[in-house]
Parts: sequence; structure tokens; C-alpha cells
Amino acid sequence: MADPIVVAEGLHKSFGDTHALRGLDLSVPRGTVCGVLGPNGAGKTTAVRILATLSDPDAGHARIAGYDVVREAGKVRARIGLAGQSAAVDEKLTGRGNLRMFGRLSHLSRREAHRRADELLDRFGLMDAADRQVAGYSGGMRRRLDLITCLILRPEVLFLDEPTTGLDPRSRGEIWDSVRELVADGTTVLLTTQYLDEADQLADDIAVIDHGQVVATGTPDELKATIGDRLDVVVEDPAALRPAATVLNALTGTDPTMTGADRLSVALPGGGLRLADIVRELDRAEVAAADVRLRRPTLDEVFLRLTDRKESVR
Amino acid sequence: MITSTPPLAHRLRWTFADGLTLVGRELGRLRQEPGELIGALVFPAIMVVLFGYVFGSAIQVPDGGDYREYLMPGLFAMVTFSAVMGVMTRVATDASRGVMDRFRSMPMARLAVPFGQTGADLLTGLLMLAIMVGAGLLVGWQPHRGLIPTAQAFLLMIVLRYALSWVGVYVGLAVKNDQVADTMVPLFLPFTMLSNAFVPTGGMPGWLRFLADWNPVSALTAVSRELFGNPGAPSGNVAWPLAHPVAAVLLWSAALLVIFVPLSLRAYMRRGR
Ligand SMILES: Nc1ncnc2c1ncn2[C@@H]1O[C@H](COP(=O)(O)OP(=O)(O)OP(=O)(O)O)[C@@H](O)[C@H]1O
Ligand SMILES: [Mg+2]
Repeated sequence: MADPIVVAEGLHKSFGDTHALRGLDLSVPRGTVCGVLGPNGAGKTTAVRILATLSDPDAGHARIAGYDVVREAGKVRARIGLAGQSAAVDEKLTGRGNLRMFGRLSHLSRREAHRRADELLDRFGLMDAADRQVAGYSGGMRRRLDLITCLILRPEVLFLDEPTTGLDPRSRGEIWDSVRELVADGTTVLLTTQYLDEADQLADDIAVIDHGQVVATGTPDELKATIGDRLDVVVEDPAALRPAATVLNALTGTDPTMTGADRLSVALPGGGLRLADIVRELDRAEVAAADVRLRRPTLDEVFLRLTDRKESVR
Repeated sequence: MITSTPPLAHRLRWTFADGLTLVGRELGRLRQEPGELIGALVFPAIMVVLFGYVFGSAIQVPDGGDYREYLMPGLFAMVTFSAVMGVMTRVATDASRGVMDRFRSMPMARLAVPFGQTGADLLTGLLMLAIMVGAGLLVGWQPHRGLIPTAQAFLLMIVLRYALSWVGVYVGLAVKNDQVADTMVPLFLPFTMLSNAFVPTGGMPGWLRFLADWNPVSALTAVSRELFGNPGAPSGNVAWPLAHPVAAVLLWSAALLVIFVPLSLRAYMRRGR
């Protein structure tokens, strides 16, 4: 289990003056889902393209199932599937036509390519649309077709670059189900996403990247634990927000965030502060609190904190 | 670790097989959208009517032949040149939609992609030529010099078309964006018009005439006129490509292939972008 199937060490990649990757390290154990999380321009796509042999790193190296992505690209390609940021299928062909073509290009025999196409269409619920032209598919169907096109050769590692960007919640759920099914079959999945709930739902491990480097790794729970608990305060009168903020700042040493017209949220420093103390201090400042609550941070808050963007003050 | 490269014969076989699969892809597309072929022919068909009947009545063919007989070789050349735009658009679409990346990330023969694309164009090119021949026969055009010269003329069209399709591969890979490619398609028109396809070049101002005489469209048109026995054979002091059109077409084809095949392959194989 601990045997990593995807390993990247010190990957660097520049495009002119843009340093897309600056020493990216990654390690994904076989049979797990690794979520690569990062804001726009963090270098997610660049990293995936290098791992999928589409692009060479300027420095550093990467191995898939023990094969070097640069020197043994052919061996790597035989073991991976890539669903890029856009649905890479031929719009002019039917869904079945696409799968058959990619099956033949994967060097399956004609009969085997046809059989595999039907099998995948059936299993992933596209049989009804199989003979329709892809140009008429919905965004979700297109994405699903794109995903199953990667599965023709039963890849050991599947790279999904933002597989659900632009999909409605239902289509997104369907893609998630498909990914879970693949993982149950033993496929290793590396997926990039900007949606934290997606990583929360699917990933065993998360690597948060920013400015081309990994800034944190861990399970979703571990990441949440790294930034400590959050305190939410709801005041009865919005005019009390300012004094409440002053109190919270004095207690925690950080400026609270306004999360609504009548509420504040603040990160608690590790240990030392008890709910009772906070309530008493608010009382002393004559802030009438409707609700004071301690909670685990959301992955969003972890993400914003780690990627050093300003927390939204609406 | 020993990394064995598969033997050359094996690689060639797969390059050929994968190339054929991509040609088959074109057939699949045509089956879904037969209108596309017609769409590509709308323009030459309009030309047949517009020039053949509207302007044709006023245009004087140099040695007094029928204008529609004079026009058809020019339209064959025009259809041949549509290879550049057709292939460019398809390659740019594949590149911008990520289909090209999917091909690259698959364990398929790499060279099969550009060779498959140009092979597929040959297939559509033959179909378009066949339809144009039908249209030509309908309006009264015909070859007059027998089987062999007629076959030679069509062969030369196909050779030049294949060479031109590599220009399309290169430009398509260079623009990498189907929208940009679409905006470039209309450029095709002045390029084919600036030739002897519709009117003799003799009446053009000097510099324009020079461009028209050396335009490969003109050489191909001159070849067809000569080999089909259609009117419009240049006389007197004519530019070299028009005096030796067969040699000119072969040289143009060779030059385009020598330049654009390596450029395209390099652009396709280049990684790290
Ligand atoms: N081909 C390229 N040429 C020039 N710059 C590039 C190229 N590809 C990526 N970049 C730059 O590298 C940086 C990282 O890009 P990358 O696409 O990897 O980010 P990303 O994390 O995938 O972002 P997004 O969430 O928007 O998809 C960006 O600043 C981008 O502008
Ligand atoms: Mg990206």
C-alpha cells in the first residue's frame, strides 16, 4: 500500500518569465486518490502535463509505476489515462465512434475495440446516447465520455484535470460516482480541482499547491487540524459588530472576518482559549451575542489560509 | 533497466495502422455530417454559376474558346487549394480541444497523427474533385485529350493537394486555436483569385501579374488546361511556371513537402509546451 506509483521530485518548469513550477514534490500511493488543490495559475495543469508525458520539466524528475516520464515516456503512456481540462473528444463523431477510434488507436483489435466501447458506454450510463453525435451532448455527458475514453486500456493511473469544472451539481455527482467506482477497481487517481468539497469528497490525500510548490499535504482532516478551530459569533444588533471584533482581536491576536451582516468568524490560536472566557469577555464589552460557537474549519478556510490569499470580507 | 525500442518494421506497421484509423475517423465524420463536404463545395459551385454564366458572357478567352471550359481547370485548382484551409482548421480544432494532447498521451505511433490527418484530407479531396468533375460535365466542360493526359492532370492535382495539406498541418499546429483558424479561412479567396484561374494574367498590372504568374494556383490551372485540352494555353512571352506548368507543379509540390513535412513533424513532436 505504501508503495508510491506516482513520484515527482523537484519539478521546475518556466514559460518565459513565468515560473509555473518551482520544485514541486508529489508522491501518490497506489490505489489512492490524490487531490491537487490550488488557485488559478498555481501550476496544477503544468504538473499534470509533465506527469502525463506531454511536457518535459526544466529540472527535477518524475516516475510513474517506476518509469521515468521523460526517458521512458512510451512505457508511461501505456499505463496512464489523461482527462484534460477540456473534453478532448471528437465532436463530429458519435460517442461510440469516439470510443472505437480511441480503442483502435490504443491498438486493440477491431472486435475488442467495439466490445470495450459498448462495455464502457453501458457501465457509465451513456448507452442511450451512444449513436448520437457528441456535438449534441450536454456538458456532463461530454465529460463522462472524456473520462471513459481514458479507461479503454484500464490505466493504472488516471490524471483528471479539473474534471467537474463548469458542471451542474448533478453531473458533478455523477462524475464523482464514476471516479469512486474506478478507485474501487484499484485505479490510482490524481485529480486537480479548485473545488474544496470535491477534494473533501474524493481524495484520500490532498496536496495544496501555490506558486508552483506544495505548501501542505495531508488528509482533509489533517489539513483542517493544521489551522486550528474557528470561532463564529452572531450578534443580536449589527451595531455590536465593531466592539465584538475588538474583543475577539484582543483575545486571539487576529482580525476576525465578517461572514454576514451580523456575524464574525475568527481562527483560534492553538489551545488556551475556552468558550466560557470568550463569552465572559463579550459580556463585559456589552455585546449581546445570539450565538457563539466553536467549530472545525472548512477546507475553504484551510485553503485560503495556506494559499495566502486574503480571506473574503465580502 | 533495459528499454528496448521496438524494431523499425513494427513501428512502421503501427504508424501505418494508426494513420489508417485516423483516415477512418474522417469517414466517420463524413457519415455524421455529409453536409460538410457539400459545404466545402458551395463556394466553387457558386463560382461555376457566377463566373460560368454571369461574368463568363463578358470575359474574352484568349484563343476564343468557351469560357466554362476555360474556367473549370481554375476551379479544380481552387478546390485543390482548399486543402490548406481544411487541414488547418481540423488540426487547430484538435489542438485547441485537447484531442491532440490525448493522442500524444496515448501509446500510439506519434507520426501517425500528421500522416493520418493529411491522408484523411486526400480522401475528402478525392470526393470533392469527383463532385466538381460532375459539376463540370453538367455545364459542358470536358477533357479532350484522352485518358492518359486526363489521368496525369488529376494525379498532379492530387500530388499538389497532398503537399498543400502539410502546409495546413503546420499552420494549424502553429495557431493551435480553432477560432483563429476560422478567421484565416477567408484569406484563401484572394489567394486563389490572384491567378490565371478566372481571367488571363496578361491584362494585370506588372507587379500583380508577377505574383499571379508565380502563384502555384496558376501553375496547376495551366497544367489542367494543357492536359485536358481546354482553352487558355498561354502564348507569346509567358512566365516560366506557365510555360512549363508540369515541372512547376512538381517543383512546388516537392518544395512544399521538403519545407513543411519537417516543420510540421517538429511542431507536432515538440514537447514541453
Ligand atoms: N504554455 C504556456 N505558456 C506560457 N505560460 C504558461 C503556459 N502554461 C501555463 N503557463 C503559466 O504557468 C502558470 C501555471 O499555469 P497552470 O495552467 O499550470 O495553472 P493551473 O493551476 O492549472 O491554473 P487553472 O486553475 O487556471 O487551470 C500560469 O501563470 C500560466 O499563465
Ligand atoms: Mg489548469
